[in-house]
Amino acid sequence: MSEKKTFQKLNFDPLQIQMVQQVAELHEVPEGAYSFRLNGQSAAVQSSEHITIVKKEDKPGIDIYIAPGTKKESLHIPVVLSQTGLKDLVYNDFHVGEDADVVIIAGCGIHNCGDQESSHDGIHSFYLEKNARVKYVERHYGEGDGIGGVVMNPTTIVELAEGAYLEMDTTQIKGVDSTIRETRGTLAENATFIVKEKLMTHGEQYAETVFNVDLNGRGSSTDVVSRSVAKGKSRQKFLASINGNTACTGHSACDAIIMDEASVRAIPELTANDVDAALIHEAAIGKIAGDQLIKLMTLGLTEEEAEAQIINGFLK
Amino acid sequence: MLELKHISYTVESEGKPLSILQDINLTLDGRFIAFTGPNGGGKSTLAKVIAGIIKPTEGQILLDGQDITDMTITERAKAGISFAFQQPVRFKGITVKTLLDLAAGKRLSVHNACAYLSEVGLCAADYINREVNDSLSGGELKRIEIATVIARGTKLSLFDEPEAGIDLWSFQNLIQVFERMHRDIRGSILIISHQERILNIADQIVVLAAGQVQQHGAKEEILPGLLQGRSCIKTTGSCCGRKG
Repeated sequence: MSEKKTFQKLNFDPLQIQMVQQVAELHEVPEGAYSFRLNGQSAAVQSSEHITIVKKEDKPGIDIYIAPGTKKESLHIPVVLSQTGLKDLVYNDFHVGEDADVVIIAGCGIHNCGDQESSHDGIHSFYLEKNARVKYVERHYGEGDGIGGVVMNPTTIVELAEGAYLEMDTTQIKGVDSTIRETRGTLAENATFIVKEKLMTHGEQYAETVFNVDLNGRGSSTDVVSRSVAKGKSRQKFLASINGNTACTGHSACDAIIMDEASVRAIPELTANDVDAALIHEAAIGKIAGDQLIKLMTLGLTEEEAEAQIINGFLK
Repeated sequence: MLELKHISYTVESEGKPLSILQDINLTLDGRFIAFTGPNGGGKSTLAKVIAGIIKPTEGQILLDGQDITDMTITERAKAGISFAFQQPVRFKGITVKTLLDLAAGKRLSVHNACAYLSEVGLCAADYINREVNDSLSGGELKRIEIATVIARGTKLSLFDEPEAGIDLWSFQNLIQVFERMHRDIRGSILIISHQERILNIADQIVVLAAGQVQQHGAKEEILPGLLQGRSCIKTTGSCCGRKG
């Protein structure tokens, strides 16, 4: 077996290594294809036999070409910003060939210990060809003791050809002061788009999630599920718009726990433009149920420990 | 040993005081004590008073001589009281395994967690990673609730109508669970029930009605009267028992 490559060898500093662990759970340089972006610059890129990464010429970002039939390969594309006041904008386009089946792990971590705002706007476009399957995992994380804000505005554009499948797991648990997370999907015949969002805000944070899915092909389906916790004085807004333009199925759910003086607004929108479009939405916002706290306290947990368990479980 | 001294609980209803428990005095030192009596008689309230979920308006509670009256739910749990809810709580995202870990106060091996589930008649492998959410039936939830109390293994275990909401088939198994607990347990079990077969396992029976203790004694003394309906259980101050 080949020797594991460490991030020290790629000249990452200790803070950057720690952030990469936070957002991508990577303890060493992964095998296969990757692209690491540090402080607005490409820091390390590696293509593999079936996954080719090409730097864009006209704007910041990369094009990723995944060959048809590629199976069981993964691609890591984490972004780390550790320099205060940096405004990073990047375009990553994923071209996934027919019958490919891959896992893509993205994530953005910002460490801001200065007094200026740091921001990362990542625009990710996925073009899946016939019967391609992608599991896309992204994690957003902010930290730092400076007074400068951490801002992330990820945009995800998904175009699914016939029979294609994309599952997106998106998580923002901590430290992002302001975010507008926009996801747009267009689905052809028998395509499937699954979204699982986990979100927690605290302090004075603001998070807005916008989903817009067009079910254009017969037999296409989408399931958009968001679970969120709003603490402190944070505010959240959730908009999920599903348009059923043919015989299709769509479901969206927003399930939020509200605490302290937080505010959560959920706006589910369904549009059926075909008699065979079956669309459902659910939205529930509420505080932690008193009997849940009592049950865990009868097991010996303090009220604070019980609350933490309930939230951890909810966002797991 | 659990001692209840002059326990009363009064709430306000439509501007007037309403007495739920009236001057309850009990010394409970048996291994398996059943509380029974008509609905609305104060049984569940009394169990919640013992677990610390409801604070009595008057009276004192002693557990093995220690005054626990002012202790919180958490402190009482740590002092050795467990409570199985009549309507178990559901949690989105918390698995059966996590709930058992929390109950045991440590990370259980899968083998040990499964043993607790098998104890209550659940095929453990099917449940260990299930979430304690709406996907579980009332009967499954009830048995998991009982498993958490077994996992705690405290000196006093309270069960509030474990048979409620359980189908007949599950009930047969439940009886065996309690028979085993009666045989194996080192502490005391206090169980609220209307079921003859559960009352029949008990060493002692307490009949509670209209917020008062009507009878307290050995099963042999109390149960025959209850079954023959000769016993007079007060509900609203008048005698309602069927005369035999």
